[in-house]
Amino acid sequence: MLGDLSVSLWRGGKDGRYETYNVPQRASQTVLDVVTFVQRHIDPTLSYRFACRVGVCGSCAMTVNGRPRWTCRTHVSKVADSGRLEIGPLENLPVIKDLTTDMQPFFEKWQKAQGVFAPSKTRYDEIEQIRPDSPARRLVDAAIECINCGVCYSACDTVRWNADYLGPAALTRAWTLDNDERDAGGTARLQAVAAADGCHACHSHQSCQELCPQALNPTAAIAGLKRRTTAAYLKGEIKA
Amino acid sequence: MIARAIKHRGSALWIAALVHRLSGLALAIFLPLHFLALGLAIDGEAKLASFLRWTDQPLVKFAESGLLFLLTVHLLGGLRVLVIENLDWHDGQKQLATLAAAVSAIIAFIFLARVF
Amino acid sequence: MNVRLYVWQRATAALMAPLVLVHIAVIFYATRKGMTAADILSRTHNSIAWASYYGIFVAAVSIHASIGVRNVLTEWSSLHDRRAGLFAIVFGLLLAALGVRAVYAVVLS
Repeated sequence: MLGDLSVSLWRGGKDGRYETYNVPQRASQTVLDVVTFVQRHIDPTLSYRFACRVGVCGSCAMTVNGRPRWTCRTHVSKVADSGRLEIGPLENLPVIKDLTTDMQPFFEKWQKAQGVFAPSKTRYDEIEQIRPDSPARRLVDAAIECINCGVCYSACDTVRWNADYLGPAALTRAWTLDNDERDAGGTARLQAVAAADGCHACHSHQSCQELCPQALNPTAAIAGLKRRTTAAYLKGEIKA
Repeated sequence: MIARAIKHRGSALWIAALVHRLSGLALAIFLPLHFLALGLAIDGEAKLASFLRWTDQPLVKFAESGLLFLLTVHLLGGLRVLVIENLDWHDGQKQLATLAAAVSAIIAFIFLARVF
Repeated sequence: MNVRLYVWQRATAALMAPLVLVHIAVIFYATRKGMTAADILSRTHNSIAWASYYGIFVAAVSIHASIGVRNVLTEWSSLHDRRAGLFAIVFGLLLAALGVRAVYAVVLS
């Protein structure tokens, strides 16, 4: 028979506090199960986000015992130190209420990094032949599966220290587009990521890579951007 | 938001980055003093000689060994970053960072052992 | 940090890697030999080689350290880019001035 968990949940906005609840432990329980239990059986005013609950949408990301993770993919048995859990909203983002954060700044930086596909052809042009084993496509495929969950952004110290830093997710998307043969973003995108608070602010702490639930490697992607922007700068194609 | 002790910041690579930053700061503070000490030679060797005699004591030797550690760990950590940024990605960064710290500690220890 | 500062900081870092290795070797050599001030100065005095080596080292470290300090200030202090940049430039100039004076002291005086 499993005992109770002592679960601290962040309640309120920026100036809120942790409140503790007792939640019965179950076999194969996930952290999302725990949060859901509190909202359904103890306090219906608890605010939190989820959608698929099977680890494909990224909506349920929260800070669990100090680390940002997908709560639906985090087994309580793996993280509850002696029956205790501390769950808070994702860091580095404004708190709306309780466990929900405002993802707007995250997506605004996506735009700022020009993480947007720039078309180069019309429907009347011939379709590019993209070989999946071409070096450029390999680089794209290694970095493309981002579902914007915000875990990397939340884990990043450089984001924490510099509110304007574009962040690992936005920069990784810019990298995939820079390697996409169909994309016409070119030097304009490199200029966008070479500005202050762009890729050069990354210190390669690698927290993003360690914690990305999709096993992406933003540190490597950003290193790639550093190389490309440096080359472009030295050739005079972009300015400081 | 309260900044509580965040678990993933105990990771080897986060510590490596912190060591790199703090060693850089410490070296930056030390460097003007180092230049002033060498500048003592500007009026001939006597002042520099007397300063070098002053450094010939255990506490200073410990400090020098510490500085050597800072210099070496900053160099090796910096090389690791330059490799990440300019060459193809290699896994095993944690091991490399730990190796850098270990080699630096060994070099500093050898220095200390030789001066005693 | 933008691309220009990045290039200067990484370039001076790469330049200094071999210089630092030589410096560590010099440290070990000097302490092994128990060199006195006179021993050291007799080697550096009027030496174009040492003047060049340390001169380049001073220039590189002044640039590298000042950009590094700028980064730390913008991230860890409440100073904004402009103030941090100013402080960093002043620090860099201080290092360069003291460094050149030190090189002069051991080579020419």
